[in-house]
Amino acid sequence: MSGAIDETGTTDGEFVIAARNLTKRYGMVNVVDGINFDIVKGEVFGLLGPNGAGKTTTILMMLGLTDISSGKVDVLGYDPARSPLQVKRRVGYLPDSVGFYEHMTAAENLSYTAKLMGLSRVERARRIVAALARVRLLEVADKRVATFSRGMRQRLGLAEIIVKQAEIAILDEPTSGLDPQATQEFLGLIGELRSEGVTVLLSSHLLDQVQRVCSRVALFQAGRIVLMGAVADLARQVLGAGYVVEVEADGAALARRLATVPGVSKVETLGEDRFRMTADRDVRPDAARAVVAANGSLRRLSVDEPSLEAIYARYFHMQTQPSRGTLHAA
Amino acid sequence: MPREGSPFQGLGTVAVKELSDNLSSVRMLVLEVLIVLTALAALYGVIDSLRQNTAEDPFLLLRLFTVSRAPLPSFVAILGFLIPLMAIGLGFDAVNGEHIRRTLSRILAQPIYRDALLMGKFLAGLATLAISLAALWLMVIGLGLIFLGVPPGGEEIARSLAFLVIAVFYAAVWLALAMLFSIVFRSAATAALVALGVWLFLTILWPMLAPALAQVISPPDPRYAMLGLDTPDTAIWGQELARLSPNDLFGEAMLAVLSPTTRSLGPVFLDQLRGAVMGAPLPLGESLVIAWPQTVALIAGTIVLFVASYVMFQRQEVRA
Repeated sequence: MSGAIDETGTTDGEFVIAARNLTKRYGMVNVVDGINFDIVKGEVFGLLGPNGAGKTTTILMMLGLTDISSGKVDVLGYDPARSPLQVKRRVGYLPDSVGFYEHMTAAENLSYTAKLMGLSRVERARRIVAALARVRLLEVADKRVATFSRGMRQRLGLAEIIVKQAEIAILDEPTSGLDPQATQEFLGLIGELRSEGVTVLLSSHLLDQVQRVCSRVALFQAGRIVLMGAVADLARQVLGAGYVVEVEADGAALARRLATVPGVSKVETLGEDRFRMTADRDVRPDAARAVVAANGSLRRLSVDEPSLEAIYARYFHMQTQPSRGTLHAA
Repeated sequence: MPREGSPFQGLGTVAVKELSDNLSSVRMLVLEVLIVLTALAALYGVIDSLRQNTAEDPFLLLRLFTVSRAPLPSFVAILGFLIPLMAIGLGFDAVNGEHIRRTLSRILAQPIYRDALLMGKFLAGLATLAISLAALWLMVIGLGLIFLGVPPGGEEIARSLAFLVIAVFYAAVWLALAMLFSIVFRSAATAALVALGVWLFLTILWPMLAPALAQVISPPDPRYAMLGLDTPDTAIWGQELARLSPNDLFGEAMLAVLSPTTRSLGPVFLDQLRGAVMGAPLPLGESLVIAWPQTVALIAGTIVLFVASYVMFQRQEVRA
């Protein structure tokens, strides 16, 4: 966890991206409809939502690649509509299903974009080798991209961001269409970027992946952000309580003892020796202590972290009784 | 709205990359082989006929460009026909190709403006065409030296250089047109087909349609017809309409530059020729003045088409 973000997802660090009433209109349709968000330095921020909810358009507006209809967005202190070069010098972008020049090698492709970044020859060579090594493509550096798998292309796209030494990395659907192993590998690389202090913006419709790497998420629906905050907070807000802890143990009057653990809102008895606790935090240590205190033997203790999937499903279920506006966690 | 930074940032990088792509592409190789072979065939016929009647022609070298021997047209006519094909081949997938390969948004996310990408591609295409044409030009001069054995004079070289420059401008019009279509149409095949359609229309159909249209606009006067003459108005209309085709402009400019005896490109009244020494060559400067309006028209056409491409490309959405 970056130090800039505290438990509740609110921030005391500096904002690297701030959107105010950002709107994109095509004809009469608002594809992005007055959204507001702030992104703090060093966090991994997830843009979630179904296809066509306005995620990519939002990204393109942040990069100055499409006009802003109204509102404004501030990226690293620059207005992308006015100073796109300043923004694009500091922000790396991996587009949805990225393409490369097939007849060129991986190194040549990176070299071309590195030249466009304005890097000197020596600097280019040094950074490209380092970046390819980071994404484990060094041994295929001189192979033509035409022979690359989708996972390799995505990693090559990430290498480009590393070559740029971007302060913000914007990744649009980076893991869609990857096999599980390639996905794991890619999420690992995102984690590495983050540990170096790069702010990562990740757009996806694959919820469990986003949940694994994101510190905060914004849920898009029809051009609006309907939910925003840390996953645990959203869970507390939407699902009532965030954590479900299952205990398999025996002991006298265990259910009653477990119910007294602070933070637990409900204990269900599933079987003779199995209990399910619903809590607003991870209460495993307290549950273990309670079992030991009851002289019981603890056989299993598991926690279901609040899943975005559940939040998502519940939220859209709640939407059948309409309530307007963005739900902010904390 | 003022923009920060230079629109030319990255221009050189884009141009160099595109140029190397162009020069190494199979497509370019095929087009070059096609042009060289056709040109060689035309030149062979010309050299053969020139050797048989080596009169004391002061512009022997220029004859290589302009003389035709059946069944082949002259070297210049072949170029007038094939240069557009080469330019279209280079330009038809310039922008939509980047869309199709999904490289456009990645490249535009680098710190450059779209200007640099479009201009870089155009300049690279133009440089490719200029290199090919210069090679062809050297080939003609070389063949002339070998087979005719007459060293070219300074004015001949100057006139043939003027040919080279005008040919590059002619190629530029078609390159700009092909690039415009590569922006308008998202499918490269559609862009190529439309560009080739325009090329065939302007080089083959338009020369036939222009006189017909002229007769509709300004019907021929029966009094002239009785004398077996063209009606001046109709002839002028016919010529002006024909000049809408770059092919016609190129042909006229070539006529002025490569045939030094050309005194005018339009219809001339007999009294305007009073005092003229018929058949005497004009000085180089005079010939260039005659070819100048056609050259300017080619340059203007290029600029208009390029500006149209530029405006459309700036307004285009990056997303596929």
